[in-house]
Parts: sequence; C-alpha cells; structure tokens
Amino acid sequence: MEKRSVISGRLLPYLLLLPQLAITLVFFYWPASQALWQSFMLEDAFGLSSEFVGLENYAALFQQPEYFRAVGTTFIFSTAVTVLSLSVALLLAAMADRQIRGAPVYKTLLIWPYAVAPAIAGVLWLFMFQPSLGLVARGLRSLGLDWNPLLNGNHAMMLVVLSATWKQISYNFLFFLAGLQAIPKSLIEAAAIDGARPTRRFWTIVFPLLSPTTFFLLVVNIVYVFFDTFGIIDAVTGGGPAKATETLVYKVYSDGRLGGDLGGSAAQSVILMIIVIALTAVQFRFVERKVQY
Amino acid sequence: MAEVVLKDVRKTYAGGVEAVKGVSLDIPDGGFCVLVGPSGCGKSTLLRMIAGLETITAGSVAIGPRVVNDVEPADRDIAMVFQNYALYPHMSVYDNMAYGLKNRGTPKDEIDKRVKEAARILAIESFLARKPRALSGGQRQRVAMGRAIVRKPQVFLFDEPLSNLDAKLRVQMRVEIKRLQRALGVTSVYVTHDQVEAMTLSDKLVVMNAGNVEQVGLPNDVYKRPASRFVATFIGSPPMNIVPGIVEGDGRVAVGGHMLAVADMAPGLAPGTVLDVGLRPEDLEVSGGPGIRLPVDFVEELGATQLFHGKLDGAEMVVQAPTGAITSDTRQLTLTIDAAKVHLFDRDTGARRGR
Repeated sequence: MEKRSVISGRLLPYLLLLPQLAITLVFFYWPASQALWQSFMLEDAFGLSSEFVGLENYAALFQQPEYFRAVGTTFIFSTAVTVLSLSVALLLAAMADRQIRGAPVYKTLLIWPYAVAPAIAGVLWLFMFQPSLGLVARGLRSLGLDWNPLLNGNHAMMLVVLSATWKQISYNFLFFLAGLQAIPKSLIEAAAIDGARPTRRFWTIVFPLLSPTTFFLLVVNIVYVFFDTFGIIDAVTGGGPAKATETLVYKVYSDGRLGGDLGGSAAQSVILMIIVIALTAVQFRFVERKVQY
Repeated sequence: MAEVVLKDVRKTYAGGVEAVKGVSLDIPDGGFCVLVGPSGCGKSTLLRMIAGLETITAGSVAIGPRVVNDVEPADRDIAMVFQNYALYPHMSVYDNMAYGLKNRGTPKDEIDKRVKEAARILAIESFLARKPRALSGGQRQRVAMGRAIVRKPQVFLFDEPLSNLDAKLRVQMRVEIKRLQRALGVTSVYVTHDQVEAMTLSDKLVVMNAGNVEQVGLPNDVYKRPASRFVATFIGSPPMNIVPGIVEGDGRVAVGGHMLAVADMAPGLAPGTVLDVGLRPEDLEVSGGPGIRLPVDFVEELGATQLFHGKLDGAEMVVQAPTGAITSDTRQLTLTIDAAKVHLFDRDTGARRGR
C-alpha cells in the first residue's frame, strides 16, 4: 500500500521544493536560456561586441559540411557504443545471474569502471593503445597491424568507442542484472519443462521480459554517448585526427572555446538541447508507462 | 502414460542440509499420488527432482522404463503446474499453451487443433487472445492446466497449484483437477500442504515429514490407521486428540481414570507403560454409563457440527458431534469410544504401537 502523508498549509511544500528548484534554475534554465539568446548573436572577431543576427547562426551551421560530418561521426559513435555496451553488459549480466558462488566479487569488479572519471578512463585506454608505448598497441604491431590512432581516423574512432563502451558497461550491467533477477525463476523452469533449450529460453522468454530494461538503457546510453563522452574524446583524441572523432558535443566545445565562434557554438548547443528534450520525452512516454508485454 | 518409480532418492544441498532422506515410491500408471506434509518436509524438493529442476544426490527416478536422473527436464516428457502458475506474461493465452509444442517442432495445424481442444475442455476458449495479466486467478490456473494438457505428457506434476486461490475457487478447481485427471488418465504427482486436498485427490497418499516418508497408502487407510503420531495429527480436521494413557493389560488402556478397550495393541506391552493415545474428535461418543469425564471449556458451532473443547490431563481435547446430537449436560461430557478406533503411539518415537 502506498503511504501518503498530508502536509498542511502552502508555504511548507514550496519551501521544500525550493532547493531543487533553485538548483534547476541556476544550473539549467539560466545557462540554457543564455545559450538560446547567444545563438541569435554574432560576436565580432575580438569578442568585444556582439550583434543580433536572428537565425543566421543556424543557417550558417546547416551550410557547413563539417557540421554534417560531425552528425555522421556522432551517429557512428553512438550506435557503436550503444550496441557494444548493451550487448556486452547483457552477456555479462546473464553470466552473473547464473553464477552463484563468487558472484559478489564478480559483480563488484564489473561495477568499478563506473566509478572512474571519463577523462581518466580515456587516459587509461590512451596509454594502453598509445602507438609507441602502449602495451596493447605493441602487441597489435607485433602481430603485423599498423596500429596508429594518432594518424588513422578509424583507429582513433575504435579507441574512443572502446573507452566509452568500457565505461558504460558497468551501468548497463547493473540494470540488466537487476532486470534478470526480477524474472521469476519459475518462468525459466516452466520454459525448461516446455522443452526450450537455454539459448531458446533466453531469446523467447528472458529477452522479451527484459525489454523494459533494454529500452530504458537504450535511451540512457544514447544520452550518455551524445553528452557524457566529451571527457573521453578530449583526453584520447581531442576530436582528431583530422576531426575523425569530432562528435556534436565536441564540436560545440571546439567551435566555441577553441574557434571563438560563440554564436555558432550556442546554436549547436540549442540543437543538442532539443535532441535531449526529445529523447527524454520518448523515455517518459514509454519507459514511465513501462513497455507493454 | 507411464509409471513413476523412485528408489531411495536423496537430496543434500550444498550447505549439507538433507532435504530428502531416502524416499522410495512406486506410482502406478494413471495413478494420482499426493505428497503431503508441513512446509520444509521435502515434498516440493522431491517433486522438483522428478521434474528435473533439482539434481538427484543419490538414488534413482524412473519414468516408465527409463531412469531419468541425467535427462533434461525437456526430455522427460512431463508437464508441471506451478504454484504461481508461471505463465509467460508477454505471450497470449494461446501462445502460452502453444509454446511447449512449438519448441518440440509440432506442425502448426496440429498445435492449433490441440490448443483449441484443451481450451474447450477447460472452458477458456473465449480468452485465448488475452495476456495472462488480464485474467483472474482462477482463469490463470486454467491456462496453467491447459499448458500442461496440450502437451499430452507421460506425467503431470502439480506444485501446490491451488494455494493462491480463494477458498471457494479452490474447492471448485480441486474437483476439476480430479475430473480432468480421471478423464485423461495421466499419471500425476501432486504436492500440497492441505490435508483436505490430499485426502480428496489422491488414490495414493504419501505423508512426508522432515525429509522422510511417514506413511504411504490409500487416503482412507491412512486416515483409519495412521502409522505414526505425526500422521495421526496431520491427517484429519480437527486433528486427532493425543492424550496420555497407561497400559493396564492386554487390550486395555487407562485414559483420564477410565478404562478403554483397544482392538489394535502391540502384544507384550508391560502394564504401567505410558503411551500416547489417539482419539479422533468424531469417533468420541457420549456414554450412558461410565466413561472419560471431560469438562467442556467452550463450544464452537460449525453449523452442521459442534466442537466441544476441553482439557484432559493437561492435553487439549476436542469432541465433534452433529449439532443437537448431544442432549446431556454440555458443560461436562462423559465419553466413550469404539475399541477399534483407539490408536496407540510410542511416547518417544511416535510410532504406532499396534499389531
């Protein structure tokens, strides 16, 4: 039964909401509205003055081939990371769910990467795959592969995908494991008696029952790849080589901070914000209602 | 169809807990065997070993001519009805029932025929397209039964299938399960802790306690001649009264200062031996002459019958009689009992001390 407590008066509820509202205002609405405003402005070359240009920043953006290249990069990057991290996490969770002895140690070890800051995770992978010093890189080279993420864009992309995936697996693993453990054992047993082998049981019973978790993670992962991987990209490749790993969020940074195009960068931020709002709306609509089965 | 034969089956869990301590059992083809006992007696573990959901530590389980110890559940040709029904929530009723057939590669039109037939037998045709969560408890129960019968297995296994239903529905489903099993003639093993279900459904009643079989027999035989004090108090409602008695001689026991004649008494019991005497509440009668004097504390009215509660030598005692049958003073009853209905048990081991 749900417990309901009634707070009398009007002041107290508002007071209780105030801290959260203040945080949201200061850290979201204020910068967001500034970005929106700035996206209509054009800075002069020295950053001394700015003028109102309306939607010109947006128009300029959509004429830039670099922008669409970043869209493509983001698409490849996010698809790769989401698919990889979800499938590896699901595999690990399915194994952890079966494992009984030593499970706590196994779980703890799998959860640790989530506690590592993105930039640190990036540096870790950078060192392992650094062409001349990295352990893995030397192994790859000795196998005859010309591994060089500093020069080869595809190699650089692989490296950031690996780092970002590694970081996200823990999170997905936790949710998948919880989802798996919420499936009643008797369902699996019933399926076993009904003549389904483990693989078939997984795809016909377990996987469909996990679909609410999978859908939730899909949205969360896309948001993660779009925004939270900035640190990894910055530490590992800095968007290079030749912008091969420049995602939308990294382009906001490089155009705005490095390129000084505050208006254009703000316009990109606003577009990203719209994407997040859309994703969140999707999540609210489907996940909060739970995926129907 | 097949018989099920268990030979000295044991189950020891990893922690060293012995759940089943050597059970041998022979369930004839088409028989309805009920395993009954208090929770933790090992009855569910035993059932799950027959199903193949638990490994067998020692002994053997055979279904038909085949020992199935190392056979996967899927290949044992059994069907099981679970306590929580275990219906697949993402599948329609139709798909729930068809799943087992699909897994075995049954042709589509054959699946359709069998599912429709099962649905007709169970009167669930009208909601084949629904998802389990849109069904009531009784309907889910039927679907679970349907899932078992479409497969036409050698053995049905039931794991407390009625315990989630309300009392009225339970009685109704109990009758339906019995009827269905009779009609299909499939060997069945049924686990329950409800002694009424056990008595009414079984043609072979197995009473279990602490991992051991206490008694196996026809339900009426178990009721009339319980092999131990445990069985005596477990089967029958209200439970059998157990009161202390002293052996007075061959075929005679003193209870509450009154001498009772006993038909079934182990020979050679020394006079003065203290025994547990079992007297069923419904077997006790009001005596015109001398008898056991029971001061009545209170009376429970059950409509058709009355229960008179009292204490005899410190032991709880209940007398059951049809309402209005006892016309004498109901504050103090003088009781007697047929010599054939007196049960004697060892005080320490609880074993029956009969011939």
